[in-house]
Amino acid sequence: MEVAHARGGERVSAVLRGFHGGVRVPRSKEALQGAGSRSAALPPLLIYPLQAHVGTPARPVVDVGRKVCRGELLAVPSSYVSQAIHAGTSGIIVEIAERAVIHPGGITDTCIVLQADGEDRRLEPAPPLDLGRATPEALLARIAEAGIVGMGGAGFPSHVKLCEGLSNAVRLLIINAVECEPYIACDDCMIRERAADVVLGARILMQALAASQCVIALEDDMQLAWDALSSCDLAGAQIVRVPAIYPAGGEKQLIRMITGAEVPAHGLPIDAGVVMHNAATAAAVADAVVRGLPMTERLLTVAGAVRTPANLRVRIGTPIAHLLDGCGRSAADARVIAGGPMMGTRLIDESVPVVKTTNCVLRLPAGSEQPAVPCIRCGDCVEVCPAQLQPQALYEVARAGDWDGVRELHLFDCIECGACAYVCPSRLPLVHYYRHAKSEIEALELEQRRAAELRSRYDARLRRLAQAGGAAAGLEGQVEPDAGEGPAPAPAPDRATMQAEIAAAIARAKARRAAYTPPAAGGDGDGTR
Amino acid sequence: MQRDAETVISSPHIHSGASVGGVMRRVLMALLPGVIVSVWFLGPGVLLQIAIATLAALAAEAAMLSVRGLAMRPFLFDGTAAVAGVLLGLAMPPLAPWWLGTLAAVFAMVVVKHAYGGVGHNLFNPAMAGYALLLVCFPFAMKAWPVPGAAVWTADVLGAVFPVDGSRVDAVSGATALSFVRDGLQGMKMLSELRPAEAAGLAAGGAAWVNAAFLGGGLVLLAAGVIRWQIPAGFLAGLIAVSLLLHLGDAQRHASPLFHLMNGATMLGAFFIATDPVSSPVTPRGRLVFGLLAGAVVVLIRRFGQYPDGVAFAVLLMNAAAPLIDRYTRPRVYGERDGR
Amino acid sequence: MSVVIAMAVLAVGALGAARILIATASPLRGSHDVALRIDRLLPQTQCGRCLYAGCRPYAEAIARGEARINQCPPGGAATIRRLARLLGVEPLALNPRHGTEVPASVVVIDEETCIGCTKCIQACPVDAILGAARQMHTVIAADCTGCELCIPPCPVDCIAVVPAPAATHAWRWPTPAEASG
Ligand code: SF4
Ligand code: SF4
Ligand code: SF4
Ligand code: SF4
Ligand code: SF4
Repeated sequence: MEVAHARGGERVSAVLRGFHGGVRVPRSKEALQGAGSRSAALPPLLIYPLQAHVGTPARPVVDVGRKVCRGELLAVPSSYVSQAIHAGTSGIIVEIAERAVIHPGGITDTCIVLQADGEDRRLEPAPPLDLGRATPEALLARIAEAGIVGMGGAGFPSHVKLCEGLSNAVRLLIINAVECEPYIACDDCMIRERAADVVLGARILMQALAASQCVIALEDDMQLAWDALSSCDLAGAQIVRVPAIYPAGGEKQLIRMITGAEVPAHGLPIDAGVVMHNAATAAAVADAVVRGLPMTERLLTVAGAVRTPANLRVRIGTPIAHLLDGCGRSAADARVIAGGPMMGTRLIDESVPVVKTTNCVLRLPAGSEQPAVPCIRCGDCVEVCPAQLQPQALYEVARAGDWDGVRELHLFDCIECGACAYVCPSRLPLVHYYRHAKSEIEALELEQRRAAELRSRYDARLRRLAQAGGAAAGLEGQVEPDAGEGPAPAPAPDRATMQAEIAAAIARAKARRAAYTPPAAGGDGDGTR
Repeated sequence: MQRDAETVISSPHIHSGASVGGVMRRVLMALLPGVIVSVWFLGPGVLLQIAIATLAALAAEAAMLSVRGLAMRPFLFDGTAAVAGVLLGLAMPPLAPWWLGTLAAVFAMVVVKHAYGGVGHNLFNPAMAGYALLLVCFPFAMKAWPVPGAAVWTADVLGAVFPVDGSRVDAVSGATALSFVRDGLQGMKMLSELRPAEAAGLAAGGAAWVNAAFLGGGLVLLAAGVIRWQIPAGFLAGLIAVSLLLHLGDAQRHASPLFHLMNGATMLGAFFIATDPVSSPVTPRGRLVFGLLAGAVVVLIRRFGQYPDGVAFAVLLMNAAAPLIDRYTRPRVYGERDGR
Repeated sequence: MSVVIAMAVLAVGALGAARILIATASPLRGSHDVALRIDRLLPQTQCGRCLYAGCRPYAEAIARGEARINQCPPGGAATIRRLARLLGVEPLALNPRHGTEVPASVVVIDEETCIGCTKCIQACPVDAILGAARQMHTVIAADCTGCELCIPPCPVDCIAVVPAPAATHAWRWPTPAEASG
């Protein structure tokens, strides 16, 4: 599939390549592609889960009872891959407790709960950075402080992606506005209303990355958004329009279409010299850097079986039930989904809050579900798989619980896009099987790592006992549990106490190293695989 | 966990609407032109055979479903049994007695399909396996094709298909052009001696027209996206390549590619039989290989084998190789360099 | 001539098949190697419920053919299944004589009551207890296997079993509920 879409420039090759597979899905968003956005009503309670989709949970810096203003810091990152959280309105912290969060299994997690006081007072914004003089480090710090995460995909903290850029040469920054999922039109709307901010954000990101080129990618049916962008001063960025084939907006697929290169398996886009940010993220970056505003709001699409589908400006933390109340539910029996219909999460509980990555709230009317029948090996799934996997073979081995087999078939290259299950005439829940297999394998690996660690501790103890001569008296002076001995000649047992501290420190280091290669395993060591 | 199994639903939450039944219905529709043309040239016996085989296949399917305690609803009318029945009926000589088609259909459903685990699990194409059984067990009855022309309409078709106390209808049956030419060539005759018969076969038996009709239906199937191009293209390419090679080697002893294309079950095989998804490879490259080899084997069996046509055995042979082909034609995964 | 060729082909084929059979039938060379592989499948709780002094001794006993594969309650059915696959035998049900499969647990020491006698430290197979003579002792929850070996020796009964802290986001995708056929 060679698609010629030479628009907006000539530096990136004029011909877009295709990516393998993909499927045309109904767009279901035509009405929203011309409509403007409106603000959702402020809910009485805003809820902030500390754990984001990736990374470690944020650490709260407010206590229950504390009064806060909009924009005030509620939680700080607990590690490099973690995010800051800011209050979305003025009010009082009423609880830090377990609340239901967006999750396929409907689990709860620790959340900060903010009760709005209705005044919506704002904290004084941080002083704008002077773009002419700001160093990449300063930009990065500001972006991290503003709590910006990728607003399209997995919600990776943006400063992490930018840091990767500091240590690697970035050829190309791609601003991704390709909303390939049906129904979702919030990025489209955001670009139509805030094209200048998207371009500004792209420029800031380029500066932070020292990227030499920038491409803003749209889908070919986003005419109004394209008009809006081209009327801005693009300052070197160029606009590329890609065909509306699902999943053209997938990171790896878009990179392949624009650059012709592939992200290496188990690698990152940066390995192909590319950094990709979502268009909404770019606008949020502009807000943070030149207006000093942290991320407390986002645009999202409410669609499906609702009376008034809309692109809404929503405070992050707003319960999804509140949005649906506002838009009006139009069918009694519907599946509520956070995200799009192809990759979104079915909600068991509607009270869960919108998070920074929530780009859509969808009510899908319950259809007539057809039962799954055995695979007829039609190969449609193979044709559409953008990762070029063999979904039907993966399904067979995943169903059989053959975890070695699924790894051999590259299960972990599956991007869970759902194209295979979408076309499968046998209606097999293919992606469900892949997710099941992935989580089982991850759990198993965790278990094995722990077992290896315990084994080495056990071995260390046995060796220690052996060296202590096995005499009961030898244990009397034993004070440091970690004091396993290495292969080196050990000091006499009675001197162990004196040297306890030094020996313990050495032994701990050894034990840590030994955790991954069980001792006494001989030459054949870890050779199961 | 029990609760989870019912309430946890994975994306995607929408579906293209494709179903096994839908696929099979479109296959049946695409078979129509070929069926009509076959009836035109070979008489109402064709319809009778299709009806017998289809009914027997559906009955056997229903019986097996109830024996195995499976639900009728998603399976009986998913069209897989009907397609197998119709393909089998098309493969049968129009004047074969009713119990032949019934036997083959029951064998196809019970042994070839359900003994292997039902829809999606059969290693072999059920229709072709049933047909092959008849070829092996009743070779003479299976060679009894009607003499081309008006005979089929005047003869007592019902009498032939439902014979009473051993009545025989030898008068109307004879060899097909394919068998005639092959038997002749194996009998060390020269093709030029056989050419008039070959030409007659082409014109009167209507084999060319029948093949053209199946080709048309197959192209529709292709355009509708029900089948992919790899198997039919490979099949025809393989058939043409081998027959051309032989023909160029010794035009007197080997029929031309055109003869092979326009005779027997070539188009039916290329577009409807070899493309049976369950028993063919899944990867695009694997399908190409599968088609190429099947097409090549068809010519070899036609020329050197003992049976009236080679499509059934070629397809069955390749069915057995399909898992192997799949294994060696895995697509290269995105981002992997070696394409393992 | 053709008979000779046929026999040669058969002989080569048979040799090849034999090689494959040998290679697949005895992946386990020597009982030491077997014991290591078995040990890798055991949970390393080191609780002794299998009636051996720990996972490694139990693994060695299985390798020698003295113990059966269904004696490890902490590993439960999953471990039995993996052992069965490794050894090429049929899985067995867990032998109830050794205990039943229960959710993971850890122990905590009531630090108020502890007299610092160090008896628990001597009992712990994985060095999960910290403390010195006549000082308060404490359990490192991350290292404790819940084997409960430290409980009987404690003279003041200050060690209690609690459920293991659930690893955050230990949620797993269940198997799809699917109409099968
Ligand atoms: S699309 Fe479904 S039925 Fe077809 S091969 Fe893939 S899994 Fe099997
Ligand atoms: S969900 Fe995975 S296997 Fe299915 S099409 Fe997408 S990448 Fe391929
Ligand atoms: S019962 Fe299991 S966990 Fe406990 S020591 Fe024996 S093998 Fe190890
Ligand atoms: S602390 Fe007690 S229960 Fe935990 S591992 Fe040590 S002996 Fe076993
Ligand atoms: S055995 Fe009991 S009293 Fe003694 S040190 Fe351990 S916990 Fe404390």
